[in-house]
Amino acid sequence: MSSHEAAAGAPPVYHYKVVRQFAIATIVWGIVGMAVGVLLAAQLYWPGLNDIFQPFSHFGRLRPLHTNAVIFAFGGSALMATSLYVVQRTSQARLFGGPLIPFVFWGWQLVIVLAAITLPLGYTTAKEYAELEWPIGILIAIVWVSYAVVFFGTIMKRRVAHIYVANWFFGAFILTIALLHIVNNLAVPVSAFKSYSIYSGATDAMIQWWYGHNAVGFFLTAGFLGIMYYFVPKQAERPIYSYQLSIVHFWALISIYIWAGPHHLHYSALPDWTQSLGMVMSLILLAPSWGGMINGIMTLSGAWHKLRTDPTLRFLVVSLSFYGMSTFEGPMMSIKTVNALSHNTDWTIGHVHSGALGWVAMISIGAIYHLLPILYGRKEMYSVKWINIHFWLATIGTVLYIASMWVNGIMQGLMWRAFNEDGTLTYSFIESVIASYPGYFVRFVGGAIFLAGMFLMAYNAYRTAKAPGAKAIDESPAPKAA
Amino acid sequence: MSTFWSLWIIILTVINVALILWVLLANRKVAVRDDEDPENRKTGHVYDGIEEYDNPLPRWWFNLFIATLIFSAVYLLLYPGLGAFQGLLNWSSTKELRGHQQQAEARFSERFGVYAETPIAELAEDPQAMRIGMRLFANNCAVCHGSDGGGNWGYPNLTNNDWIWGGEPEQILVSIRDGRQANMPGWSNVLGESGIADVTEHVLRIAGREHNTERAERGAQAFARNCAACHGAEGKGNPVLGAPDLTNDIWLYGGEPQEIRQTLREGRFGVMPAQKDMLREDRIHLLAAYVYSLSLDYDEE
Repeated sequence: MSSHEAAAGAPPVYHYKVVRQFAIATIVWGIVGMAVGVLLAAQLYWPGLNDIFQPFSHFGRLRPLHTNAVIFAFGGSALMATSLYVVQRTSQARLFGGPLIPFVFWGWQLVIVLAAITLPLGYTTAKEYAELEWPIGILIAIVWVSYAVVFFGTIMKRRVAHIYVANWFFGAFILTIALLHIVNNLAVPVSAFKSYSIYSGATDAMIQWWYGHNAVGFFLTAGFLGIMYYFVPKQAERPIYSYQLSIVHFWALISIYIWAGPHHLHYSALPDWTQSLGMVMSLILLAPSWGGMINGIMTLSGAWHKLRTDPTLRFLVVSLSFYGMSTFEGPMMSIKTVNALSHNTDWTIGHVHSGALGWVAMISIGAIYHLLPILYGRKEMYSVKWINIHFWLATIGTVLYIASMWVNGIMQGLMWRAFNEDGTLTYSFIESVIASYPGYFVRFVGGAIFLAGMFLMAYNAYRTAKAPGAKAIDESPAPKAA
Repeated sequence: MSTFWSLWIIILTVINVALILWVLLANRKVAVRDDEDPENRKTGHVYDGIEEYDNPLPRWWFNLFIATLIFSAVYLLLYPGLGAFQGLLNWSSTKELRGHQQQAEARFSERFGVYAETPIAELAEDPQAMRIGMRLFANNCAVCHGSDGGGNWGYPNLTNNDWIWGGEPEQILVSIRDGRQANMPGWSNVLGESGIADVTEHVLRIAGREHNTERAERGAQAFARNCAACHGAEGKGNPVLGAPDLTNDIWLYGGEPQEIRQTLREGRFGVMPAQKDMLREDRIHLLAAYVYSLSLDYDEE
């Protein structure tokens, strides 16, 4: 047994610089992405706001900017910060890759900046979550492969016999995203900024949602489960609840998720068999998804009292509750009968944000609050009280957001399918839009509250970095004799 | 679907689910009972200080997993999913849709049947029929003509009793059922920019708007030569050709001089799409009555 442990000597000096860079990028891009989101929410309530700076400020141009910024800039930076930290610490190996490490950071930032420029200018492939045109697509592939080399290179050098479960999830996420990105973005360029997908018709739609759903499954779920598997036990100072459970839910999750894409295309031109298979696989996904929630929450058994004093832990645990909720909601919505009501309504938006705000953002925020003091050589954040305020802002913001979208979504679904006795539709489309206005306002308020929390986080991080005695740490402190 | 692809789908699906079932069952050996001491032992792994318990899978979770697998197996037996296998119920979305449509047809024929027999002018006086007409209009016509039928730039106002293609019930019915295609040619080549300016002044004059008399005089001659064929010598229009009345100061493409000049330069080719392939005959009949009723109200006012 002892061979599994750190018997091979003192741990090495870890590379922290890139972790710190990505941690700061997480906060910065989080604010940018969410601010654009709040603007979009405001535009839906006050359509005149589309005209701030036409055509660049139009909803249709800013919406992909919002999704790309929160998923790939905010989420991506959080994943890279945490994965590059966790892989070193749990493998007891310094980061592999030398010059590739700064390349991954600056390359990824370049991708984000290019996205922020080209999307408002209207350059888009028109594939949801894969809007970036082909030159940027190629840059993403190169940066991503470099990231994979750094990550797996570090795993290869590890000084512990086993690979920790967090790294299984990070590894699966990195490999699958590479595959998804490359296959879905295959296109024929016609000019420097325009390309056409090599797929067409229903095949194109299927490939797109195979990518789209697994961007959720691997980027926003598997990757963030990797974060969970390190930061929850670390912050709670408790062992992981069940190794068996991690094995079963890992293999089930990664092999079943890849099938689930067709549920985005129910009642479409997709063949019946594809739709059924997508629905069935989405249902099977319920238990594997919940496996991660159980393993996270049960890890706290014996440490529940810590929730009273540790708002960082609270972020991590509440994120797991939202994760459990949205991974129950997801399989539910994939059932064709439910989907007939929910499809194309705000319910989908609510579902996505219960995952995006409740799970992805909150676990990232928790992890960053765990990391920042370490990266600035401090015992804790400048203000733990502010973390607590941030926690409540984030929770209230998320609840307002998803509750308003549930109400709107179900109302829209019911209005659209309401028939008069004479067979005419009871409501015209515009009536459902008018009825959605109160929900749009509540959503705007919820989003603004969540964003306010991010500003508080940024200020807290700034004060932590500038506090007396704090300094940016590029390398972990030299190991002490054990 | 070819046999190869059908087998490909079936085999991949079955193998994936079977492997998952195997992983689940193979790791069940420690699943004793939920109430057993949950902290019995650790795996011995330590990663950066994190240890792992060797706890069993929670029984309820295991059961949930098995339940979804059983549901899926049954579903894939009953419905299409495994490649070309159609499922025991022989269900398909096309058949389901056809069934729903037949039910609806049967129900609505009964309802609309009565109205289809009633003459349009009479139907326009029936408040219940007009409520249905209003909903049909809101769902099918309002997107261009506005929810009140008041029209929009390029889309005629249906409430002002000015009819480009005729306002008799039968004419309205034809407009909706078969659609209309306007064909006002562009005149730049014939009139030149100066001629266009002249004709514009003439059109402004017959519409009773501010104009340049000298140019209008010249424009009148060009109008008589080129425009009167469709719009009539006095510019009163011709519903058979869909040529609008130019004297009533109602403008489909705007009555400002620059808008009229643009119309003359490039022509106008407005299209009202035919509804006969999109809406049932009896609904078109009802819609015609509703559109007819819109200008009746106007008369009363």
